[in-house]
Amino acid sequence: MLTNKRLILSHFWLAFIVFGAALVLGAWQMFVRSPLNTWHFNPEFYYRSVTAHGSAMGYVFPTLIAMGFGYAITEASLGKELVGRRWAWAGFFLVAVGAVVAMIPVSLGLASVLYTFYPPMVGNPFYYIGVVMVVVGSWIWVALMVINFVIWKRDNPDKPVPLAMYANVAGCLLWGWTAVGAALEILFLILPVALGLRSTIDAGLARVFFSWTLHAIVYFWLIPTYIAYYTIFPRAIGGRLYSDAMARISFILFVVVAMPIGVHHLFADPQVGAGIKFMHSVFTGLVALPTLLTVFTICASAEIASRLRGGQGAFGWIRSLPWSNPIMLATALSLVMLGFGGAGGLINMSYQLDATVHNTQWITGHFHLIFGGAIVIMYFAIAYDLWPHLTGRALDSFGMMRTQLWLWFIGMIVTTFPWHYVGILGMPRRMAFYDYANPAIAPQAFSVTMSAIGGFILLLSGVLFLLVLIRGQFGARDEAAAYRFAVPLHMPARIPVALNSFGLWLALMVGLTVVNYGFPIAQLMALSETNVPAVYVGAGR
Amino acid sequence: MATETDHSPGEAVAARIERRWATLSIVIVGVLVGMAAFIGIHQATMPQGRVEIADPKTLHLSGEFTESNLGSEMAADGSVTVRAIGQQYSFTPQCIVVPADTPINLRATSADVVHGFLIEGTNINTMLVPGYITDLPVRFKAPGDHVMPCQEFCGIGHQGMWGKVKVVDKTAFRDMAAAKRRLTCVD
Repeated sequence: MLTNKRLILSHFWLAFIVFGAALVLGAWQMFVRSPLNTWHFNPEFYYRSVTAHGSAMGYVFPTLIAMGFGYAITEASLGKELVGRRWAWAGFFLVAVGAVVAMIPVSLGLASVLYTFYPPMVGNPFYYIGVVMVVVGSWIWVALMVINFVIWKRDNPDKPVPLAMYANVAGCLLWGWTAVGAALEILFLILPVALGLRSTIDAGLARVFFSWTLHAIVYFWLIPTYIAYYTIFPRAIGGRLYSDAMARISFILFVVVAMPIGVHHLFADPQVGAGIKFMHSVFTGLVALPTLLTVFTICASAEIASRLRGGQGAFGWIRSLPWSNPIMLATALSLVMLGFGGAGGLINMSYQLDATVHNTQWITGHFHLIFGGAIVIMYFAIAYDLWPHLTGRALDSFGMMRTQLWLWFIGMIVTTFPWHYVGILGMPRRMAFYDYANPAIAPQAFSVTMSAIGGFILLLSGVLFLLVLIRGQFGARDEAAAYRFAVPLHMPARIPVALNSFGLWLALMVGLTVVNYGFPIAQLMALSETNVPAVYVGAGR
Repeated sequence: MATETDHSPGEAVAARIERRWATLSIVIVGVLVGMAAFIGIHQATMPQGRVEIADPKTLHLSGEFTESNLGSEMAADGSVTVRAIGQQYSFTPQCIVVPADTPINLRATSADVVHGFLIEGTNINTMLVPGYITDLPVRFKAPGDHVMPCQEFCGIGHQGMWGKVKVVDKTAFRDMAAAKRRLTCVD
């Protein structure tokens, strides 16, 4: 039962418009830094573009998807209207206005600091204020989801919270807490300097705060995708979810271990000691666990669906899957990309292997494969699945959808595989151009060209995606049936309290963060000599 | 098709298979973490042990990163230390000369914003954060030339920040060190 369709649709549309714009920038960046571009250009434009692309794709697009999808899950899974509709709109406008406020200084070249901020470089204060507005808007959503969860539990003391809602609230709690790191960095370290109240900043401490957000934010992006795996995919292909309890355990693991691992982004940094780095490396290993569990459960759910359709044999059942169904296709392609991306992640997790690829193009290739590939392709699937229920019109351009999904997959592989490879060769990331005439760099030229071509394939797929959605807005009127989520194969007779609540897991999440971040933060805060002069950036400076 | 409350033998089978997979997953993660720990303990590659600081405002005035002290130094016991700084948009020295097959201590910091460097063709890769000293034990296998780009965004000239590393024969390095206190290969 979806009541606030306009609210949900507004989130999705704004998300995909932002995505479309950022995708154009991404393709341009791939082109200008490749050997295909023989013109001279102002490198500042490149960093401006990277800042806009990163901020839009990292902060605005997935946040809006998680928010819109979260509202849809609340209404559809709990079977009642969202509590706090006005607040939800307020959150939406805060995100929208924040995005504009942040993008104005960026497009004027006043805040080319990339979305990871990089103090002691400091840009125009409105960039940071805009980012904070986006985060605060999303915190309204976090509060609303928790409130709706608590009210429903109070009204239904004997029933387990539906899996989709449970997972959705897990994502909210994860985001609410992980965003605190960057918020502390902006509010206490960067903004006072950007506003001219202070002129020095501890770059090391700022990087530690940012790492608190930087890794778990990836799991916040991932949660809608995992919710789609568990609760949309089995239903869409006419099957059942293999296990409800294992799904809950996976989401709980994300809440608990996604946070205390961020220092693996600082393996090569001098301001954190070896002990803390080792702790974070171990926890990074643990976070592979929910993904391994998920891959099993989803493949098993697919097998159930296939056997119900008459699939036979140890592997023959794979042929009997409904491959013409876009959700089937998207999930399969997503899992392939998750496999490659996850393997890359396990490589990055160990200090020893990370030393070879740290800050090379390998890393950029890695997170584009995981986020842009495995995660975003499921955002497409979520939109395809929800659209008829939101618009009240049929979405039946299935051929276009399949073409779009295949193009996205092919584009992502063609872009990211050579990208990983040049990283191993030692190509540094975040550079506006490379001197391919240099014999040391020349062997990388061919791979970079391949990546750029992949970027154009992705752009084409993105255009096709928006066309499908626009066609859906103007399709034939067709009231879709009530929106449903997948049902488990064996519904457990009762669900343990721990798998139906968050108290214990919240305590562990905060506790482990304090354990793994408390010491480096306290140590760096005690070091006052490490405040260094800020370097203001921006056109005309 | 089982109904939602049906506790059939199928459910027990499903749970058993699931438990097996969960156990295998834990073993996979355990082995990977164990490998990283083993290599770390045996000092093959370890992160910097402790946090050292250096004030970028006074780097040029006193301490180990004054300009005359930058470059490669060979101590009386034959150990080699390289000191360097990164600044927008170059390294000092811009060309680092080191001996092959010799343990080298690389000490560096930043004079302004966050930089980093990697040496292509090796797994030497580290960050330079202003206010802190990076200390890295390294070893080069064979003589040769490597490019050394800054790998962290440091401003609009970042793409031009490429240094060089020249690895020379051990004896050649010893001869050079006998003639000069701090070595570079800047022309």
